[in-house]
Amino acid sequence: MLDNNLKNSPQLIVGNLSVVYPGVKAVANVSFSLAKGATLGIAGESGSGKSTIALALMKLIAPPGRITSGEIIFDGKNLLKLSDAEMVRVRGAKISMIFQDPFTSLNPVFTVGEQIAEAVRLHQGLGRAAAWAAAVKRLEAVHIKEAERRAHDYPHQFSGGMRQRVMIAMALACRPQLLIADEPTTALDTTIQLEIIQLLKEVQAEFNLSVIFITHNFGIVKAFCRDVLVINKGSVVETGPVAAVLSRPQSSYTRKLLDALRIINRE
Amino acid sequence: MRKYFIKRLLQLIPLLIGISLISFFVMHLAPGDPTALFIDPNVRPEELARVRANWGLDQPVYIQYFLWLKNACLLDFGQSYTTGQPVIYEIAQRLPVTLLLMVPAFLITLLITIPVGVISAVRKGSWFDNTVTFLSFTGMAMPTFWLGLMLMLLFSVKLHWFPAVGNLILPLLTMTLGNLAGLTRYQRSAMLEVLGQDFIRAARAKGLPERVVIFKHALRNALIPIVTILGLSLPDLFGGAFIIETIFAWPGMGRLGVQSIFQRDYPVIMGIVMFSALLIVIANLLADLGYSLVDPRIRYGKE
Amino acid sequence: MGKNKLVIFGLTVLAIFVLLAAAAPLLAPYGPDEIVASQTLPPSFSHFFGTDDLGRDLFSRALFGARVSLSVGLVAVLISIVIGTLFGSLAGYYGGFFDSVIMRFVDVMLAFPSIFLILAIQAMLTPNIYNVMVVIGLTSWMGVARLVRGEFLRIRELQYVEAARAIGCSDRRIIFRHILPNAQAPIIVAGTLGMAGAILTESALSFLGLGVQPPMASWGNMLMDSQAYMFDAPWLAIIPGLLILVTVLSLYFVGEGIREKLDVRQ
Ligand SMILES: Nc1ncnc2c1ncn2[C@@H]1O[C@H](COP(=O)(O)OP(=O)(O)OP(=O)(O)O)[C@@H](O)[C@H]1O
Ligand SMILES: [Mg+2]
Repeated sequence: MLDNNLKNSPQLIVGNLSVVYPGVKAVANVSFSLAKGATLGIAGESGSGKSTIALALMKLIAPPGRITSGEIIFDGKNLLKLSDAEMVRVRGAKISMIFQDPFTSLNPVFTVGEQIAEAVRLHQGLGRAAAWAAAVKRLEAVHIKEAERRAHDYPHQFSGGMRQRVMIAMALACRPQLLIADEPTTALDTTIQLEIIQLLKEVQAEFNLSVIFITHNFGIVKAFCRDVLVINKGSVVETGPVAAVLSRPQSSYTRKLLDALRIINRE
Repeated sequence: MRKYFIKRLLQLIPLLIGISLISFFVMHLAPGDPTALFIDPNVRPEELARVRANWGLDQPVYIQYFLWLKNACLLDFGQSYTTGQPVIYEIAQRLPVTLLLMVPAFLITLLITIPVGVISAVRKGSWFDNTVTFLSFTGMAMPTFWLGLMLMLLFSVKLHWFPAVGNLILPLLTMTLGNLAGLTRYQRSAMLEVLGQDFIRAARAKGLPERVVIFKHALRNALIPIVTILGLSLPDLFGGAFIIETIFAWPGMGRLGVQSIFQRDYPVIMGIVMFSALLIVIANLLADLGYSLVDPRIRYGKE
Repeated sequence: MGKNKLVIFGLTVLAIFVLLAAAAPLLAPYGPDEIVASQTLPPSFSHFFGTDDLGRDLFSRALFGARVSLSVGLVAVLISIVIGTLFGSLAGYYGGFFDSVIMRFVDVMLAFPSIFLILAIQAMLTPNIYNVMVVIGLTSWMGVARLVRGEFLRIRELQYVEAARAIGCSDRRIIFRHILPNAQAPIIVAGTLGMAGAILTESALSFLGLGVQPPMASWGNMLMDSQAYMFDAPWLAIIPGLLILVTVLSLYFVGEGIREKLDVRQ
């Protein structure tokens, strides 16, 4: 019963979200919602405001940028009303994020094990040993071989694809409910891209995650997401189930993006 | 690690030889003769020749250099023209006095510069940051000796808190403030640079509290350039000592250095150059090792 | 925004100082060495900055001193830039043996407390304004050399240099036409900051009596005897120091401003 209820009420509702940077309205009145366990793609060209939406959901817009209006209801609570201290308990614990560039998103001076374990210690109050064990387990979950040993290595000792795996392990460390992936494959080789998408699919099922997948690549949207949100210049231009949007795009902008994709695919 | 350390130590040898070569030839090729300052010009020529021979000044410069080098390897830097004491003895007497000034100045600088630089960067644009920025620019723009004079004017002449000379506080204050300005500025920009990095955003996204993000993730990275700059700022610290000790009549190596320059006391000048250079290169070596301790990429890169 | 104000402040101050220095003979109420009082007098309307221990008008000396201090700073930094650029270019362009010899030399020079070297050289030579310029220039080029070398290593591999080489440009042409212009921005920044450093060094040298020699006035040697008159005539110590401070500060502001504008990294 209860389970059913939860399934039906959306896990995340974003209403009229606007973000400005000095001189730029990066996100304008964006609204969407996401059911538990759902996969939503956010697509748009470079500079359209995708990353800004993602960061706004985490309340990580760096000053002088600012969220000017809207609400972000997660699990029934408006995140924009939370204090900084409360927000810290949401990040990484309930909502996690992985970034475009795995080469710069890991801190070079700490071991990957430590970088995963520290979040576990802070969010779950585990001791050093237990948190380390949890970190190793997550590394195993993302198929890092010899996880036990590699946890002691530093980021520069991993390849790009491996680092993105580590980032995913880090994001999953505290069993979040929502994962925001901001172009997680853009910086990687094509073959590695497929592996990472495969891995994300796998962990989504395993951890029962809702996923927001940001990309400018409709191919990935098609492969990964059930719904899609197309944005242009900070505003939503089209939204709906992926199959519908791809077969009958309503806006000219979406058609343009799809054409671009076709041209690339043909080449 | 060990091998690397030994290799670096060996590299110091040509460096020190280079330094000694330059200083030796600069001094000895200069016109004028040091004996002129010490010996009555009316003295008999035989007597003058005897003194010159005694000081080795009758030999060609390169022979003088090799003799000096040979003795220097045995830590014999000759005798002071002025006092007749062995140079090594003169230096040994003054070095602790200088270190009494330099070590606390260095430590206090570190103790202040790191937190102030960090807070300044984290609160970029706040009144605190603006004040710090203003003060550090002003500090960098002041000649150190003038800062010393002003402190003397304020604390000795006006307030009568400390005697103008022979007291540790004022030279220490001058040296500390003189170094603080530039280093704080550097710490601030190192920290700002790190705070803009992706991994800081990723650390926040993990739900780390700001305290951890700044003092663990950011500071640890910002310390990497600081360690290097600390090593590089050491010659300035020594340079400061020459002038500060002179103003405050602090009887350390710096004052000895300036005196020996005025007296053309070649052996003492050479001794002091070599000693400061040795301390500086060793400090730089330590900074390099410290660097590899804070930056794992270096540690592993070397193996 | 605040940054821009600082740059404007710096440029304005420098412009005013340069003009005042240039027009010193016209503006100075007295000659720089003219004895106008029998003792030190505090600042007043007849002597804006007071008079010094020999009874000379400090304001007039400060005006003439500005010529000396500014030109020492400028010439010294030009010398250091020429040497630094030359060495840096050779090391960066040719690499290999040249590079290691030059960079070892740089290491050696950097391991000196340079002020001591300068003091020593000055003591050996007869100290005068020209020696000061040359000696400061000869001991402060290392930063520029490193920087230019770095730029060369970066630019050398870029496409257009390869292209220039492919169409048979000579080394000299590649260095001067294709690479150096790109290194301009950091050199200008280093030059501005270097001039600040040179002015500071001159003041220390002259203060110790090893720089510009009296009776010629420089801001540094005006401070030379001030310590002895600290009780009775503190303005002798305060005023020349403030002039140095304001000048150097302006140069820093301008240097930082250019750095920010041109997006030059340290
Ligand atoms: N820190 C910032 N300061 C100022 N403007 C910013 C900042 N970050 C982003 N912007 C601006 O906001 C707009 C949206 O940028 P955003 O990074 O969200 O785009 P994006 O869709 O993620 O692009 P990409 O595909 O290139 O990652 C752009 O116009 C960008 O210039
Ligand atoms: Mg983006």
